[in-house]
Amino acid sequence: MSAVLRAFRGGVRVPRGKEALQGAGSRGVALPPLLIYPLQAHVGTPARTVVDVGQKVCRGELLAVPSSYVSQAIHAGTSGVIVEIGERAVIHPGGLRDTCVVLRADGEDRRLEPSPALDPARATPEALLARIAEAGIVGMGGAGFPSHVKLREGQTSAVRLLIINAVECEPYISCDDCLIRERAADVVLGARILKRALGASQCVIALEEDMQRAWDVLSSCDTAGTELVRVPAIYPAGSERQLIRMITGAEVPRHGLPIDAGVVMQNAATTVAVADAVVRGLPLTERLLTVAGAVQTPANLRARIGTPIAHLLDACGRSAIDARVIVGGPMMGTRLVDESAPVVKTTNCVLRLPAADGQAAMPCIRCGDCVEVCPAQLQPQALYEIARAGDWDGARDLHLFDCIECGACAYVCPSRLPLVHYYRHAKSEIDALETAQRRAAELRTRYEARLRRLAQRGGAAAEAEEPVEPDAAEPPAPAPDRAAMQAEIAAAIARAKARRGANTPAATGKDGNGTR
Amino acid sequence: MSIAIAMAVLVLGALVAARARICAAASLRGSHDLAARIDRLLPQTQCGRCLYAGCRPYAEAIARGEARINRCPPGGAATIARLAQMLGVEPMALDPLHGAEAPASVVIIDEEACIGCTKCIQACPVDAIIGAARQMHTVIAAECTGCELCVPPCPVDCIAVVPAPPSPRAWRWPAPIGVCA
Repeated sequence: MSAVLRAFRGGVRVPRGKEALQGAGSRGVALPPLLIYPLQAHVGTPARTVVDVGQKVCRGELLAVPSSYVSQAIHAGTSGVIVEIGERAVIHPGGLRDTCVVLRADGEDRRLEPSPALDPARATPEALLARIAEAGIVGMGGAGFPSHVKLREGQTSAVRLLIINAVECEPYISCDDCLIRERAADVVLGARILKRALGASQCVIALEEDMQRAWDVLSSCDTAGTELVRVPAIYPAGSERQLIRMITGAEVPRHGLPIDAGVVMQNAATTVAVADAVVRGLPLTERLLTVAGAVQTPANLRARIGTPIAHLLDACGRSAIDARVIVGGPMMGTRLVDESAPVVKTTNCVLRLPAADGQAAMPCIRCGDCVEVCPAQLQPQALYEIARAGDWDGARDLHLFDCIECGACAYVCPSRLPLVHYYRHAKSEIDALETAQRRAAELRTRYEARLRRLAQRGGAAAEAEEPVEPDAAEPPAPAPDRAAMQAEIAAAIARAKARRGANTPAATGKDGNGTR
Repeated sequence: MSIAIAMAVLVLGALVAARARICAAASLRGSHDLAARIDRLLPQTQCGRCLYAGCRPYAEAIARGEARINRCPPGGAATIARLAQMLGVEPMALDPLHGAEAPASVVIIDEEACIGCTKCIQACPVDAIIGAARQMHTVIAAECTGCELCVPPCPVDCIAVVPAPPSPRAWRWPAPIGVCA
């Protein structure tokens, strides 16, 4: 048994909350009547639907295909009929709705014929990548980056090391631990496939020091070509940059990616999904996730992707206490506004946590505890002051965007300041500002192109560029030549006049702006 | 002696004149650069609510010192603050004469009612409307700046101004609730 790696700088020891599920196996959950698939549940552009309302589908059939290089495929999780393509509740911090495909299960759960199996030892890296893309696999540890894109980028760089991340540093979450205990052979198989697809020379599977059973099961497998390591159970050891630091001693560059440090990291569940796709020809339609907190029977559930979260909470039984639902861990998770939102490929945990005790935050006393625990070596208290003041340039100078939002600072803050909330607010304001500037630049380009075009055509057309006077609303004489068309247009204008008389000015937008 | 004085006066005069010409050229170029920098802070809706023909003409007017910085409702207080910072002047309130700050909007064409007159296409400053004569027109929502310039020319009143739809991607984290002192 190898020693535990040395810890990274910063981090906190948080109560683990995993004891209840440490030895327990996974549980299935009944099929819900509706499965819901948001088209945007990953990093990149939304997927493009390839089904229509009313269409019948089998399990494993494509519902949506990637719309760009960074996008993903989505497959039906059971047989049934598409009943809706429209706005539905999704996991979103602001509770906004998003476009989803809704599938009504017919209860037969018929499966499409799986794709032919590939030989993991013989198939070309290209064939493996194509299969991983077809299976709609995205990073299942939380970020949801399409896996084939990560691997393709890894192929074109000097990547030597593949890290399989089974470090579940957040409290309560134990689905990857459970997955390894039940499917250790597939974790190793998936790791070999990923290693081959990448052309990496080394592969490391990283576990936490307290995942003893998972370690034992993995060690008993034939792990030739892969190496097992243990990392200390310090939060956030499972964060990409911190884990790379512990394993390789190398730092991922500030604005860089792991591939810049010669590393590609994949989550353990993603690795098993890759094995399923390659040797069993199965697309990703199911995942293991932890349901814990204020529920009667906490469990690691095998749930179809698309299952409404309310259905999982019903399956585990809600305890009769006032609680809020968090998707993800208690440190970094998203508060769920509407329980009808579905499980997506990245959903590793659903928690019911007692409602906040309502104690107000107090002013910062500059104790410096947050500086001690920040794993990114930032100055959380200075960032807080500057974000609170709305000084976005100053926040950038203090490397706001290096913050991984792990919440260690807020966890130790004696004043209970919602520090991460301030950083997220500042980040989204800066992003919005930059988006607005990019959009303005695009609009300027369009405007200037138009001016050039009009100038080429001559002065008459250029007059259209003058601000339009309110009087221009007078219906101008229509120009078409044929009498019938004239009559038709006259009728349309008469209708518009009648409507204009009836409508309030605001309803049409006219006169809504008194300056023109 | 008097010749020497006359020479000195002539030389100095020539120098002063040359410097004035250089300064004038530099200030012209400076004002051009300044206008470009101001233009970069404007939202590029090209709506003309400032009563200039577009964002760039307004930027040039500000650079020449002819217009105040508070005439841009789409930019609102944020744009005024950035302009004030760049120009080293006090921020001021938006001039209500030019309109009020409002949430982003886009226009939609009632495609049933559209008669295909192309007048809105001619009015759109950013080519966000597509269509052809006697064919239905439609707005490319992603390119629409909400300037509303297409609304008055429409002879059949089939263009409506609607709030820009909320996007889960463009959502912003609200500011945390204040801390008690």
